[in-house]
Amino acid sequence: MAVTTLRLNGAMISAREGQTILEAAREAGTRIPTLCHLDGVSPVGACRLCLVEVNGRLMPSCVTKAAEEMDVRTDTEQLREYRKMIVELLFAERNHVCSVCVADGHCELQNLAEELGVDHIRFDYLAPECGVDLSHDRYGQDDNRCILCTRCVRVCDEVEGAHTWDVAGRGARSRVITDLDRPWGESSTCTSCGKCVMACPTGALFHRGASVAENVHDRAMLRFLITAREEKRWTV
Amino acid sequence: MDLNDLIALADRERADRAPVELGVCLAASCQYSGAEQICRSLSETVVAGGLAGRVRVRKVGCLRLCSEGPLVRAEGEGTPPVLYRKVTAEQAPAIARAAGGAPADGVATADLNAPFFSMQRSIVLENTGRVEPERIESAIAAGAYRSLSLALHEMSPEAVVDEITRSGLRGRGGAGYPTGLKWATVAKMPPGQKYVVCNADEGDPGAFMDRSVLESDPHRVIEGMAIAAFAVGADQGFIYVRGEYPLAIERLDTAIRQARRLGLIGSDIFESPFDFRVDLRIGAGAFVCGEETALLQSIEGRRGQPRPRPPYPAESGLWGCPTLINNVETFANVPAIIREGADWFAGIGTQGSKGTKVFALAGKVRNTGLVEVPMGMTLRAIVESIGGGPPEGSTIKAVQTGGPSGGCIPSDLFDTPVEYEALKALGSIMGSGGMIVMDQHDDMVALARYFMGFCMDESCGKCVPCRSGTVQLYRMLDRIERGVAAPEELERLEALCDMVKHASLCGLGQAAPNPVLSTLRFFRHEYEAKLIGKNGEGTHSPIAR
Amino acid sequence: MFRTAGTTRSPRAGAVASPGEDAARFEVIDLEMKRHRFRQDALIEVLHVAQEAFGLLRDDVLLHIARGLELPPSRVFGVATFYHLFTFAPRGEHSCTVCTGTACFVKGAERLLAIVEELTGGRAGETTPDGRFSLATTRCTGSCGLAPLAIFDGEVVGHLSEEEVARRVGGWTGHGSE
Repeated sequence: MAVTTLRLNGAMISAREGQTILEAAREAGTRIPTLCHLDGVSPVGACRLCLVEVNGRLMPSCVTKAAEEMDVRTDTEQLREYRKMIVELLFAERNHVCSVCVADGHCELQNLAEELGVDHIRFDYLAPECGVDLSHDRYGQDDNRCILCTRCVRVCDEVEGAHTWDVAGRGARSRVITDLDRPWGESSTCTSCGKCVMACPTGALFHRGASVAENVHDRAMLRFLITAREEKRWTV
Repeated sequence: MDLNDLIALADRERADRAPVELGVCLAASCQYSGAEQICRSLSETVVAGGLAGRVRVRKVGCLRLCSEGPLVRAEGEGTPPVLYRKVTAEQAPAIARAAGGAPADGVATADLNAPFFSMQRSIVLENTGRVEPERIESAIAAGAYRSLSLALHEMSPEAVVDEITRSGLRGRGGAGYPTGLKWATVAKMPPGQKYVVCNADEGDPGAFMDRSVLESDPHRVIEGMAIAAFAVGADQGFIYVRGEYPLAIERLDTAIRQARRLGLIGSDIFESPFDFRVDLRIGAGAFVCGEETALLQSIEGRRGQPRPRPPYPAESGLWGCPTLINNVETFANVPAIIREGADWFAGIGTQGSKGTKVFALAGKVRNTGLVEVPMGMTLRAIVESIGGGPPEGSTIKAVQTGGPSGGCIPSDLFDTPVEYEALKALGSIMGSGGMIVMDQHDDMVALARYFMGFCMDESCGKCVPCRSGTVQLYRMLDRIERGVAAPEELERLEALCDMVKHASLCGLGQAAPNPVLSTLRFFRHEYEAKLIGKNGEGTHSPIAR
Repeated sequence: MFRTAGTTRSPRAGAVASPGEDAARFEVIDLEMKRHRFRQDALIEVLHVAQEAFGLLRDDVLLHIARGLELPPSRVFGVATFYHLFTFAPRGEHSCTVCTGTACFVKGAERLLAIVEELTGGRAGETTPDGRFSLATTRCTGSCGLAPLAIFDGEVVGHLSEEEVARRVGGWTGHGSE
C-alpha cells in the first residue's frame, strides 16, 4: 500500500493512500475538533470545525486526502478564533441550556466549548421556538439542542438503511424530520434501532427516561460511546 | 439532415423575407408591457390593409432597451431601420402602415446611432432581436448549427478544445475559470459516460442576461452545448433553468423539440457518429443551485446543497461521472469562436479577459437594458455613455457588480476597465453581469443589509458559518442601519465577515461578506456615521440628499 | 410545544377535493412519473407537476410520489421544503408578489411591500388568516428595466408608484369589505 509523508504542525508524519488529513492526524496523536464527522458514515464537511491550514489555504480535514508535500497546521491562532466563533454561533442558534440538558456532562458541543475556552457568546441568542417530540416510546427528540450535524440522517440512511431522518427547510430554518414530518412515534420507516440516538453529539436525540424532567439519569451509554469514538477506548 | 440540407433550409428562409420586416420584442420585459397585443394589432393591420405581401410581423427576442418597452424594430429595403419605443396598441396600425417609409408619426423612436447602441459589440447577442426564437428556421437562416457541422466534419475533439483554449474564453458565470482548461480536463477523463450541463440558474438579483439569451436565441446555447459535448466526449446534456423564468423554459423546450425534429440533436447528428441528447431541468427557487455542486444535486432530484470540492465536477459530477458545467453566456460564445476562429476572439478584449461581456444595466441610470461590450471598456463608458448617465436630479455614487457575491465600486473609480482581475482588485467581481447603478440617495449600509438578507434567505443551511453567520451579520447590519449599534459592533462585524468568508463551504457563503467588505472599504464613513456616539445621539444620520 | 403521537408539528393543508377531481390529478402525477420511467432523480420534476395539478403539495400527494418513485418519505419532504417555489398552504383569493431584486430595491421595493402589507394586514410569505390575500416577495424576475415591479393576481406591472400599488391593493380591499 502506498504511503505518503506530509508535515503536520512542523513534524513529518506518514499517511496511507486515501487517508484523510483528519485520520492521519488522529493516528499521529493530534486531535482536530469536529462535530459533524462520524466514523463509519460518509463525511460532509459541514461543521467547518475541522478546517486546517494546508500550504496556507484552509481545507476541511475530514474530506481532504493527505498528500505528499502538504504542510498542515491544525492549531493556528486564526483557526482557534474561527472554531470559537463557530461554536458560539451554534450556541446562539438554538436553545442550548446545558444545566437542564440530558447530555450535560457528555455533550460533544459542551466539551468542545470548554476545550476552546468559549466562556461567553458574542452573538445574539436567536431563541427560536423549537419543538420536543416525545411520541416515540423509547426515544425523544429535542430540536432545541440540534446542531444540524446530520449524523442521525447519515447513520439511519447508510448504516441502518431505513432513511427515516432527513433535513427539511433550508438555511437557519432547517431542521431534522422523520418521514413526512410526522411524529417520530408514527414513523412507518423507523426500526427503533437507536443508532441515531447513539450518533447524536448533543442532547437533541435521547433515550426516554433521560430528560431532567423525568429525572432518570441514563448517561452511561452515551459516555461509553463518546469515549469510544473520540479516544478509541471501549470502557465496557 | 446534412450540411446541404441545412444550407438549403437557410436559403429558403432568407428568400422568404418580406421587403419590410417588423420585429416585435417578445422577451419577458416587453411581454409584460403588452407586446403580445401590439403584435396582434400589427398583424391585423397588415392583413386588413392588404400589406401581407410587403410587410411581415416577426416575433423576435430582446431589443435591449428594456426600460423603453414595448419595442418594435422596423427594417425596410433602402431605409435605415427604426426602433419604436413605448409602443401602445393604438399606435400599432400607424407603424404597420408607415413601414418602409418615414417613421410613423406620433410614435416615439430611439436613436439607433446613440452610444447605447453604437458602443456595443455583439457576439453573444449577435442574433438576439433578429431571429425568431420560436422558429428554428429563422435561427438556421442566421447561421445556427453551422459551427456544429464545422466542428463535427472538419475538426477533431482535440482541435475544438484547443480552439476554445486559444480563444482565451473564460467562464461567464462569475469566477472566470478558463473555459478551455475545464473542457480539456473533462476531455482527458477516461472514455465512458460524461455529461454536459448548462447552468441557466441565473439567480443574482439584478441580472437578466441569461434570461434574455434563452428567450431570444435559444438555439445558440444548444449548439454551444453540442459542440462542447463533441469536444469532451459526452452524449447527454442538461439545461438547468430557473423556475422563475417561465418564458425561457417554454422557448427552450420548443427549441429542443425543433432541433430534435430536424435531427440537429439526437443520434448520428449531421450524419456523423456523434449522438447528443438534451433535457431540461427546472429549478424550484433556490439561489444556491447556481453553485455547481448544488446544481448537480438538484439535477439528481435532491436538496440543492453544495459539497466540498475537490473532487471537481470535471472528475466526478452527475452520478459520479465527469461533467462539464458552463453557464449560458459561455456556451453562447462557442459557435462564434468555432466559426470565426480563436485568433479573432482573442483579438477582442484585454490581455487577461477576452471577448465581450453582456451586462444587465439597471438602477439609477437613463438607459436600462441589455448591453454587450468588449472586455476592457471602462465602467464610465458603460454607465455614462451607454447608460446615458444619471436621470435628472441624480448624481451617480457607485455601481454594484456581481450581485450578492460582488461589491460596490465608487464613481471616482469608474475608469476601471471591466476585466476579471481589475474588478477583483477592487473587492468586487465580474459576476454574471448584473450592473446596478446607485445614486446619492442610496444608503450603502442598507444595501449591504439587503444583500446579507438575500444570502441569509438563500443559505442552504449545510455549513455553520453561512447558515448561522449570515443571520448574525444581518442583525448587526440592521442595528447599524437603524442607528442603535455601538462602535464595537463594527469590529464584530468585520471579524465575523472574515470568518464567514474563509470558513464557509461553498461560494455562496464565502462571497456573502463581499458586499459588506466592499462598502466598508469605500463608504466606511456611512457606517461610522450611524454608530452610537459617533454622531450626536446615534440617531440615523441622513445621507446626502 | 411538546409533541406526542397523533399531532403534527405544523398545521398543513388538509382540505380534500372531491374524489373524482383528486383521482384525475393523481393520474397526472402518475403519467409524469411514468414519463420519467419512475427514475428517482425526477423527483423535482414530479413535484412541479404535482403542484400544478393540486395547487399545493399535500401530505397524501407527497406520500404518493414517495411510493411511486420508491423514495424515503423524509427525503421527498426534505426536497419539497428546500425549494421556495413549492408551497404547502392554499393561496388566497388575491395574490401580490413584490419583486425585491436589486434594481427594484434601489427603486423603493421595500416601501412598496410595506404599503401592501399595511393595506392587506398580511405579511410577505404568508396568506392572511381570512384566506383573502397571499403576499410574497421574489428575488428578481429578471425584468429590471421595469423596476420597481410587482405581480398582482398574475399580472406583472412595472414602473410602479406608491400610488399605483395603493390603488390596486385598495381595489381588492375595498371590494372585499362589501
